Amino acid sequence: MKPFGYLRADRTDQALAAYAAHPGAQYVAGGTNLVDLMKLGVATPPFLVDISRLPLDGVDETADGGLRIGATVRNSDLAAHPLVRTRYTALSQALLAGASAQLRNAATTGGNLLQRTRCPYFQDTSKPCNKRAPGTGCPAREGVHRDLAVLGHSARCVATHPSDMAVALAALDAQVHLLGLDGERTVPLTEFHRLPGDTPEHDTVVRPGELVTAVTLPPPAGAHSAYRKARDRASYAFALVSVAAALTVEEGAVRHAALAFGGVAHAPWRARAAEEVLRGEPATEETYARAVDAELAAADPLRDNAFKVPLARGLAVRVLTDLAFRP
Amino acid sequence: MDDAGATSGSRTFREGGTEERHPDPTSFVSLRINGNTHELRLDNRTTLLDTLREHLDLTGAKKGCDHGQCGACTVLVGGRRINSCLVLAVTCDEPVTTIEGLADHDRLHPLQEAFVARDALQCGYCTPGQICSAVAMLDEAAAGHPSHVTPPGRPGAGDPELLTPEEIRERMSGNICRCGAYANIVDAIQEAAR
Ligand SMILES: Cc1cc2nc3c(=O)[nH]c(=O)nc-3n(C[C@H](O)[C@H](O)[C@H](O)COP(=O)(O)OP(=O)(O)OC[C@H]3O[C@@H](n4cnc5c(N)ncnc54)[C@H](O)[C@@H]3O)c2cc1C
Ligand code: SF4
Ligand code: FES
Ligand code: FES
Repeated sequence: MKPFGYLRADRTDQALAAYAAHPGAQYVAGGTNLVDLMKLGVATPPFLVDISRLPLDGVDETADGGLRIGATVRNSDLAAHPLVRTRYTALSQALLAGASAQLRNAATTGGNLLQRTRCPYFQDTSKPCNKRAPGTGCPAREGVHRDLAVLGHSARCVATHPSDMAVALAALDAQVHLLGLDGERTVPLTEFHRLPGDTPEHDTVVRPGELVTAVTLPPPAGAHSAYRKARDRASYAFALVSVAAALTVEEGAVRHAALAFGGVAHAPWRARAAEEVLRGEPATEETYARAVDAELAAADPLRDNAFKVPLARGLAVRVLTDLAFRP
Repeated sequence: MDDAGATSGSRTFREGGTEERHPDPTSFVSLRINGNTHELRLDNRTTLLDTLREHLDLTGAKKGCDHGQCGACTVLVGGRRINSCLVLAVTCDEPVTTIEGLADHDRLHPLQEAFVARDALQCGYCTPGQICSAVAMLDEAAAGHPSHVTPPGRPGAGDPELLTPEEIRERMSGNICRCGAYANIVDAIQEAAR
């Protein structure tokens, strides 16, 4: 690990100023991803601005009946929050399906959104990787890519975003609030993470020095929501494929549907094509399968990860079917 | 020092000012561990795990993977279980409890007793992490925190009756045992929960 200076910020303006004063600085929150990447030599910040004590640790109901989640709220606290458990079930389930209790106790909302890919080449500084070292190539495309993308990848990068939480937030129409020296802005979660294109070094649309301050959720749109994750072992493993869905069925027809996939792309994958098919149709397994197929028609699997397409299909149909039967 | 926290070196942030060009790569850190205060100057790179093991001779917490993947380094910070290998000591401003701090003088903690009684270990390398993790896990369950296997409608697992083997396995999944002593670990925790 490279030596670095350290400052704990108590206020957001201090954090922004400290970042600006130290070229190459990085924010650290729970540290569960950044400290790991520093040990691996993947991240080499000369200065860390500790933002974990910023007063951004509240979970509060908003005036419109939605929820505002501070950037430094711990993943474990968010998962256990009564309003999250009852109104945004998919979010609680996604958080609880991620990492371990120890990691969730340290991990924060902001850090979870901004965690880096688990692509093995990205984490190994002896290997080329366009995301870590732009222009060096993408060995994963022909190499080890079983866990990587089947949708929206590019010739430059086939990585997936590893967050479970972000997939639930994508289906729940979350907004991400950012603060920079130029002021505040809000980005829909579905536009927060990018597809790799020609610049896989950029995971998100966050500008250098910008802080994530909060994530807000509108009042729940679907009657029920759920998250389901397929992985290589029952717990403490990243998703092969995951599904977040919110569904309202009235008189046997789909009134509202939101669907998002995880583990399939460089960003949480909101399945707009599937939602289009679902709207107004009979709430049957046949409809769900047809809808999911419409979405997955765009899939372009790599040599060793074609299994993800039927896995995503099966998981999504199952989640929608289960949601339709909730009282 | 104003509190148990750490400022970078002897500096605090100067409003509107710029920091010096070559930031200090060390910090003065005050750590409260098992009831004792330790004041030391540390390289900012030092993890809490290395501070315990290499600087304070508290070698109970173990280094298995050093990457958050095994749980052998689990300690309690502010009463919550965390992986001390991924925490920089300089960021740590809450009281720390390690396996050395669980017993009350000669009286073992009930979980330590249960691990002995149920033979919940083989080589013992994962055991300090398992026990620290289990201590916090029982507190989380008592506070009604749900797990991945808790049905959405149900309030956490506050009632020990709800702490089924399935719940214990899921809640303890952050602690790997290479010897595979899981069956007895689950028994020991269930016994201690009653
Ligand atoms: C063994 C292991 C297993 C895991 N399994 C899973 C899993 O199954 N599912 C899953 O979703 N995750 C998993 N994770 C990842 C874990 O969820 C993330 O490491 C965690 O959420 C990151 O949060 P943090 O607060 O610790 O971030 P940090 O490590 O502190 O920061 C991560 C990044 O975000 C930036 N950052 C943090 N907060 C802000 C902010 N407010 N504004 C701007 N920038 C910010 C930092 O600069 C850094 O670049 C696993 C991790 C490990 C080690
Ligand atoms: S998939 Fe992306 S992260 Fe992985 S090696 Fe290729 S460029 Fe790097
Ligand atoms: S040593 Fe910390 S989790 Fe393995
Ligand atoms: S007893 Fe040997 S690793 Fe668990």
